[in-house]
Amino acid sequence: MVLTFIVAIVTMGGLGFIFASALAVADKKLKVVEDLRIAEVNEILPNANCGACGNAGCYDFAVKVVQGKVDPSKCTVGGQDVIDEVSRILGVEAGSSTKMVARVLCRGGNAEAAQKENAAYYGPQSCSVQALVGGGDKLCFDGCLGGGECVDACQFNAMYMNDNGLPVVIEELCTGCGLCAKACPRNIIEIHPVDRTLFVFCKNHDDPKTSKKVCKAACIACGICARKSDGGVVMLDNLAVINYSKLDISKIPLDKCSTKAIDFVHADVQITEEKIPAEVS
Amino acid sequence: MTIKTFRGGIHPPEYKELTQNSVFEKVPAPGQIFLPLTQHLGRQAIPVVKKGSVVTAGMLVAQADGFISAPIHSPVCGTVANLGKQITSSGFPKDTITIITNGQTEAAFMSPMDPETITPDDIRKRVADAGIVGQGGAAFPTSVKLTPPPEKLIEFVILNGCECEPYLTRDYRFMLERPDAVIGGLKLILKVLGVQKGIMGIENNKPAAIEKMKNYLRDEKDLSVVVVKTKYPQGAEKMLIKAITGREVPPGKLPMDVGAVMQNVGTAVAIYDAITKGEPLITAALTVSGKGIKNPKNLIVPVGTPIKDVIDHCGGLTDNAAKIIVGGPMMGAAQYDLSSPVMKATSGILVLTKDEVETKQETTCVRCGKCVEVCPLNLLPTRLARLTQLQRYEDAEMIGITVCMECGTCAYTCPSNIPLVQWIRLGKQKVFRLQKERSASEN
Repeated sequence: MVLTFIVAIVTMGGLGFIFASALAVADKKLKVVEDLRIAEVNEILPNANCGACGNAGCYDFAVKVVQGKVDPSKCTVGGQDVIDEVSRILGVEAGSSTKMVARVLCRGGNAEAAQKENAAYYGPQSCSVQALVGGGDKLCFDGCLGGGECVDACQFNAMYMNDNGLPVVIEELCTGCGLCAKACPRNIIEIHPVDRTLFVFCKNHDDPKTSKKVCKAACIACGICARKSDGGVVMLDNLAVINYSKLDISKIPLDKCSTKAIDFVHADVQITEEKIPAEVS
Repeated sequence: MTIKTFRGGIHPPEYKELTQNSVFEKVPAPGQIFLPLTQHLGRQAIPVVKKGSVVTAGMLVAQADGFISAPIHSPVCGTVANLGKQITSSGFPKDTITIITNGQTEAAFMSPMDPETITPDDIRKRVADAGIVGQGGAAFPTSVKLTPPPEKLIEFVILNGCECEPYLTRDYRFMLERPDAVIGGLKLILKVLGVQKGIMGIENNKPAAIEKMKNYLRDEKDLSVVVVKTKYPQGAEKMLIKAITGREVPPGKLPMDVGAVMQNVGTAVAIYDAITKGEPLITAALTVSGKGIKNPKNLIVPVGTPIKDVIDHCGGLTDNAAKIIVGGPMMGAAQYDLSSPVMKATSGILVLTKDEVETKQETTCVRCGKCVEVCPLNLLPTRLARLTQLQRYEDAEMIGITVCMECGTCAYTCPSNIPLVQWIRLGKQKVFRLQKERSASEN
């Protein structure tokens, strides 16, 4: 009887000893030295895993930053604070990152855009589906579909749909990650530096007559802004497009635009010429 | 003997009685016609006329761009007014040639040929020159279908006279009114492909057409009529092949991979006319039906006629008309712009009334499995829609989303009113994009 106990104890104890020594050897031989800074950097990052930096997620970004493969300033989401902190840990020069924000370049809400007759859209409210199945309820084929897919895509609660059926970006919360721009099937949302204030709020490529018919807020391709702008605005396929590297806001006759398609972001806030910050190219 | 068919499918109310006894009526050319450059699957045709060009009926106005494309001919005499954009029945604007008609009726067709002595290559060339596209709905250029790769062994040609979409009676009228052209067209197709065996598939709700065709084929030993069950989508290519031959076209393969080529009854008539009269495809035979139209009719309309003119020809809309659909009720598209033109493959215009247009509240999937039961392609519609909503496109691809032909059987059956087809169509588009990216990165 006693022998049985001894055999059991010796067997289990022996096995324990063998495995423990194997583990001890493995610990020494197979040791992977991980840079402690990776964990430290990872702590500081926003951990939204949004992918705006182009990496698989925040941890991936942390690894690459520590390896020196990417610049800390690539994390636009974290803002200047995070960049400074990461640079301090790594002991590198803090790069500067301009705060980027998403801009919704369509002002054709339910009130402005003409609606289709006799063909009310009936189906999923998702923008991608609407774009594919008949093109939604509006007559404009380039404008906002109002399905809110951008709002669903936003990880930072920085967007909402207003009463007019258009998405609104809350500038303070927007990190410029670009997920909303990717989600939009009509490519209405663009990511711009926050101090860029003048935009063409229309993507419609219809001829002047049609664009006037489909939306009150459309660029009707009159070309006045382009003619006066000295290359700051060019007309591409019936649409005014701003060339920010050449833009001189004082030359643009904003009051001549009958549909207010070219306008400042905050149309209600009158920005005087002196207050306009230098444009970032 | 049981009637041949496939697994799954549905049987919606037919409403064929509205127009099945109405003889084809020719509609005169309207004042203005619109000829979209993409009335077929494949590359957009290239215009060969300019603004101000004078055209006569049958004249080429746009030539095919490459092999998978089709030329377009003017159905009227008149002057080219504009080369611009026009909303088409797909709901999107397309490049279009606008012609103002001048009321003249002279026509410049190609020279007629004798169907008995014509060679296969001549038939093929004529079909391509005449701009013939599949009349079944997909508008695939017929000449491409008549040019199978030499290594494929074609055993039989199936002529599709099912017309499984409710309301439509165009193919039925063709079989009753022009049986000689239907059979003549079938024989020409057989000749091109060098095939002996021709089979006509007709649903058993068309006894008059079945009898007429059987009478016509009494002395033909290689041509026969097979009666199939009245069921939607019996007229879909893969379904009819399965019903008639018992062979299943594998996913991603074509009917020619199982030895069959299928053509629509309307296409056979178009081929026959192109050979015997030299007439390019410049008219569309269609059914104008539904309770929202005053006088439902079967019409032969010049291609490019705005839908509005066609509706006016049928007495106009009733007061409670609510929805206008181009195509059949199952796969057609709702219209919001009635200047949108009739195209080469337009098979019907339907007007539904307010009482018929239901907008039901979508509810959660109750996992009843009805959509799985009826799917003719043995897919899992509810799963595919869900995976698309979750953006799990790879998973959707694995369970065969690209096989779906968007027949709408699942959505018709769904007790929870889930818009399954819309979701699946989105998923298909995303998967096709993924596959393109994948093959681009491999090369």
